[in-house]
Amino acid sequence: MRRIRRKVAVVGAGLTLFMRRALETGKELSYYAASQALESAGLRLRDIEAVVVSSGPDAFDGVHMKGEWLSDGAGGYCKPIMRSYVGGGSGVFSIIHGWYMVASGMFDTVLVVAEEKMSSCQPHPQGAFLTIFDHTLERPLGPNLLWIFALEQSRYMHTYGISNEEIALVSVKNKRNALNHPCAQVAAELTVQDVLSSEVVAWPVHRLMVSPVSDGAAAIVLASEHVAKRITDKPVWVEGVGWCLDTSYWGNRDLAYPRYVEYAARMAYEMAGIREPRKEIHVVEPYDPFAYKELHHLEGLLLAERGKAAEDLVNGRFDRDGELPSCPSGGLMGVGNPIAAAGLMKVCEIFWQLRGEAGKRQVPGNPKKGLAQAWGDLMQIGTVVVLGR
Amino acid sequence: MARKRESSPQNPHDVGRVMREIPERPRGTPLKDQDIREGKVSLIAWKPHLEYRWDSGVAISRFLLGLKEGKILGVRCHSCGRTVTPPRAFCEWCFRPVDEWVELKDTGTVNTFSICYVTWDMKPLEIPQIPAVIEIDGTHPRVGFLHLLGGIGEKDVEAIRRRVRVGMRVQAVWKSPAERVGAITDILYFQPLE
Repeated sequence: MRRIRRKVAVVGAGLTLFMRRALETGKELSYYAASQALESAGLRLRDIEAVVVSSGPDAFDGVHMKGEWLSDGAGGYCKPIMRSYVGGGSGVFSIIHGWYMVASGMFDTVLVVAEEKMSSCQPHPQGAFLTIFDHTLERPLGPNLLWIFALEQSRYMHTYGISNEEIALVSVKNKRNALNHPCAQVAAELTVQDVLSSEVVAWPVHRLMVSPVSDGAAAIVLASEHVAKRITDKPVWVEGVGWCLDTSYWGNRDLAYPRYVEYAARMAYEMAGIREPRKEIHVVEPYDPFAYKELHHLEGLLLAERGKAAEDLVNGRFDRDGELPSCPSGGLMGVGNPIAAAGLMKVCEIFWQLRGEAGKRQVPGNPKKGLAQAWGDLMQIGTVVVLGR
Repeated sequence: MARKRESSPQNPHDVGRVMREIPERPRGTPLKDQDIREGKVSLIAWKPHLEYRWDSGVAISRFLLGLKEGKILGVRCHSCGRTVTPPRAFCEWCFRPVDEWVELKDTGTVNTFSICYVTWDMKPLEIPQIPAVIEIDGTHPRVGFLHLLGGIGEKDVEAIRRRVRVGMRVQAVWKSPAERVGAITDILYFQPLE
């Protein structure tokens, strides 16, 4: 991999409230997030040279070519615009997309907007996911989205001897962290027993181990080095990016370990010059659409030993004031999961944490490097970004 | 426009307020079936009428013909040495055509399973479904595909978990030859061998 010479900074971020059924349209949500991001960067739309818009399945909205439809709200009017879409991995993929538009030297300022409105889809947005399964070999069996998560969690627990009490602790931690997030949808003070008493939807998954159906949008502004230094004293640099897609024959894969996340992380670490991620990453936002996924991903990111993330969690290593704060925002389990926007929300959180602007959620110790990760498609993609100041 | 600014909780020109306020929970705007029936919300409902006739392809067509005969087929790649199922026309590792078709056994091992109590639209299921990934005997390294476990005769989690475990040996239960049509559902389910 070549060293990229041109530096790219995040200079602004914006986020809407996350909720089930916002009354705003997707375009309006995009506009709120995008205009906040511009305002926080002290820029106007005319200063933006290109736009990335990111959103999940068109089926949520029932609008084909949703990226184009959202473009007005994302500030894309008469600009070079690009849609970024790799399922749940989209939010973090969108900053990677924006990064190479600036790193290539083609543009100096790029607005990245991620939006999702899941609640329009009736009777339940899970319906939009049914078509991810193979039409000949899987759909006739009547699968639903919970199956693949439950099957993966079950394999993960079996392989490493992890208990459901440990998995439930992720929900407890993230929902509690989210109590300090003003945009949060499902923040709560719960106990492990509360989580395990919630109904079993697909064993080993209980209802409170699943992120909610959400509407929301997030946005960031990216700038080249000379522009960033002109408009802010606190640029947050994109130091490494990585992404990797595993096979879609998911029954042929090792479900206990997300190898593709490791490959994506290694790519980002190499670019960022990180040799010992456990020492050099100070705050992390791994993707947590289901409780076990946070642990699964921390291992793939090489931030915990294989099979040992649960033990670290129990020991408080991932608490907001722990050795490696994980999901200080509250994550998807606490803030909510408007798919593409949830991934970019994690990037926004690392941006605020590194600038010391995270308010009550601020992790101690002046973090200098942070990592955001998302995951998706048919359990097969890892997208990773390392930010630093 | 001014009215819009007042009415929206997400006014972008009041970033500070949006980021400061901790909301009452849960946030959102509930929508019940009753609201729709009683016309409390204006609703444009649209059902897509889309039909697809999928070609099953070179490799899966042959796999489906195998199922019709009560056989599970796999393919072998001499370059990487793998024997895998579901079959594929080319090896995605070596990026060359597969070398050989092989008949696998209809037995295997449970790689992972779940006990699912809801349908895709979150309606409760009285009798849970038990989806599983089955590692089919004769594959190398051991791989398999999604199917269902059956013949368990239990309903609740603990009882099912006493009968089913990861690593358990299972065998396909087939439809009768007359009923088979060349589909994945020609296997009704996999049942415990133990």
